[in-house]
Amino acid sequence: MSRIAIKDLDRIKEKRQKEQKQFRAMVMICAGTGCVSAGSLSLYQQFNQQLKERGLDRQFLAVPTGCNGFCAQGPIVVVQPEGVFYQKVKEKDIPAIIDDHLLGGKPVDKLLYKDLDTKRLIPKMDDIRFFGKQMLIALRNRGIINPENIEDAIARGAYKSLSRALTQMQPAEVIEEIKKSAIRGRGGGGFPAGVKWESCYQASVKNNEKPYIVCNGDEGDPGAFMDRSIVEADPHAVIEGMAIGARAVGSSEGYVYIRKEYPLALKRLRKAINDARERGLLGKNILGTGFLFDIKIHQGAGAFVCGESTALMASMEGRVGEPRAKYVHNVEKGYRNRPTILNNVETWANIPVIIEKGADWFAGIGSGDVSKSPWDGSSGTKVFSLVGDIVNSGLVEVPMGITLREIIFEIGGGIPKGRTFKAVQTGGPSGGCLPASMLDMPVDFDKLTEVGSMMGSGGMIVMDDHTCMVDVAKYFISFLQDESCGKCAPCREGLILLNQILGKITRGEGQDGDIEMIEEICNAMEVGSLCGLGQTAPNPVLSTIRFFREEYIAHIKEKRCPAGICKSLITFTINDNCTGCSLCDVNCPANAISGEPKKMYTIDQDKCIQCGICYDVCKFEAVVVE
Amino acid sequence: MSCANCDQKKVDEIIRKWDSDNEYVIEMMQDIQDEFRHISIETLEQINKSTKVPLAELYHIATFYKAFSLEPRGKFEIQVCMGTACHVKGAGRVLDAFERELGITDGQTTGDKLFSIEGVRCLGCCSLAPVVTIGEDLYGEVQPSQVPRLLKKYKKLADDE
Repeated sequence: MSRIAIKDLDRIKEKRQKEQKQFRAMVMICAGTGCVSAGSLSLYQQFNQQLKERGLDRQFLAVPTGCNGFCAQGPIVVVQPEGVFYQKVKEKDIPAIIDDHLLGGKPVDKLLYKDLDTKRLIPKMDDIRFFGKQMLIALRNRGIINPENIEDAIARGAYKSLSRALTQMQPAEVIEEIKKSAIRGRGGGGFPAGVKWESCYQASVKNNEKPYIVCNGDEGDPGAFMDRSIVEADPHAVIEGMAIGARAVGSSEGYVYIRKEYPLALKRLRKAINDARERGLLGKNILGTGFLFDIKIHQGAGAFVCGESTALMASMEGRVGEPRAKYVHNVEKGYRNRPTILNNVETWANIPVIIEKGADWFAGIGSGDVSKSPWDGSSGTKVFSLVGDIVNSGLVEVPMGITLREIIFEIGGGIPKGRTFKAVQTGGPSGGCLPASMLDMPVDFDKLTEVGSMMGSGGMIVMDDHTCMVDVAKYFISFLQDESCGKCAPCREGLILLNQILGKITRGEGQDGDIEMIEEICNAMEVGSLCGLGQTAPNPVLSTIRFFREEYIAHIKEKRCPAGICKSLITFTINDNCTGCSLCDVNCPANAISGEPKKMYTIDQDKCIQCGICYDVCKFEAVVVE
Repeated sequence: MSCANCDQKKVDEIIRKWDSDNEYVIEMMQDIQDEFRHISIETLEQINKSTKVPLAELYHIATFYKAFSLEPRGKFEIQVCMGTACHVKGAGRVLDAFERELGITDGQTTGDKLFSIEGVRCLGCCSLAPVVTIGEDLYGEVQPSQVPRLLKKYKKLADDE
């Protein structure tokens, strides 16, 4: 493979586009983790093989792409250039797509998306509400390119911004542009990236030390998978972003810290780095300009706290991931005690677009007026993982400042199974649960913090009325207790105590004064903990107490779980909807159900272990939880 | 995996692959975990010899990160995702079902060394919640009632081998 010089970028783009135009249509088959688990890789191979066998492979091209975001509908197939969207495609559907659609020009109805409200079939991807309101910057290439083909990325403009930053901009201008764009870190804290870069640059000049560029791909927040998806769909966007950062501050070494739990993302990132190196887009003399920058990978080994910046760097140095106090910032003394810029995957993926389209364009998107200070608003878009009890579950990228209602009810299509909205959890274990009264709140960094939650990395977990908020609080606290590194006492001991008290409450052993005690412990943790994990750990508890206090009171005073979740406080019974089908009896692991076929069954409360399987399998709504 | 000498050789190979660089001990241990399904004290001593990282620190690392285990894990590692979306959709009940069916609790391995179960932090497939991985296979929208059938499938796989 030949090295690429600046002039080659346009040539490759034209060549690639010309090649693609020779095909009558391209069949884009989603190969993100979700669709792969539903069998999309063999679907792709089958498609390829059948096109070949029928001699159609010169007319039509099958392409494996990155995640489309609409994971619950997978495997997803999109026929381009028309943009016809097929969902839940099986191997047996391939002949129909080839014959009816590719050759016959008529979309295959049974695979099309059906709008739940209007019951109409929607052939075009852009007309589906899930996609319609989205604005793609970080996810600009999702579903459009083969993430393992560097020329596909170049044909979509990859490395063009890097070439511009290297030849037409001075390092100070690059920093200025990022500052002016007012982009704030997408990893959780929301610190303005440009300010970070500038401080790092100044520290490196002052101390005469080469800085490092680090990409945080640890993404530990439960309920968030945007970084995985970006790396799987468009790894070159991250590489290019980091290289532009390196140009801005004069770095020659970059590192990506990525979770080992993301095998596909790791594989694609490795390939992308190797390809970029081979083609002269990383390493020595990048694009023939003499610029030197290379990227290595460090694998996380399963520790949530390693998403914290100082813990992450300790882990990169091959040590235990324990945070340190941050009176000395990473921009001065970070990785190997040298000035370091740390941004997360999504932030880096945004950088090339800011250089391409300009800071003013980027700053114009989003909320607030950021012309004076990046702290005055939230510019650009944010990727959210919209999951939980929601009709259209998946990854969405929307402009900052959009309301929760628009995301959940317009893009997400609302709550399934006729149930009602209860809360939405944002910000992972550092965030909070927001009730229905907050649905019209615009979503940005500051608004979420104001109401006691936070942006975090963008997890948005929707909960219906069958969710117990005390149980949710307990869930986060036991998660954090497990993940706390144990270095500082307020976090370590505080979480143990909180978990004990919440455990008592969910078992019906709560007492008067428990809520006040929880609040006091939370307060101490907020002021006394060493790092962000402990300081923000109270958020899930405090926000649920604030917005759902009556549920805590029902557990403590009435020994009742209104949502029917807390095992010690619920019983399962069978009502006269029962048809005697015996399905519950067959599936009951505790042999607690008895009866005769065609007659009403009963549950022996002494034997029942509250596993809920009878409730799941009953087709007649005859099992009642109280 | 039978002779001690070959194991030692394999470990040495892994250490060399990472240039005996002490910044990459975590990566070495990941490879060793993948190869032997656990990290033995002897292996830690071997890493200590090559990298000069103190044994106590290696032990600290091996017990700090979730990916490592000092006891051998089962042939099929069952991971039940405990992410928020999975929790809301009943992952706790799925884990209960695995524990019940296998007669072991979270973090343990069955006597025949066939299965180990573990509730793990988010696997990042939240749209498919609740999610379970068995070995390299990923299952979405798992219901507690499907658990016996899933286990049967892997028992059969092991019998066929």
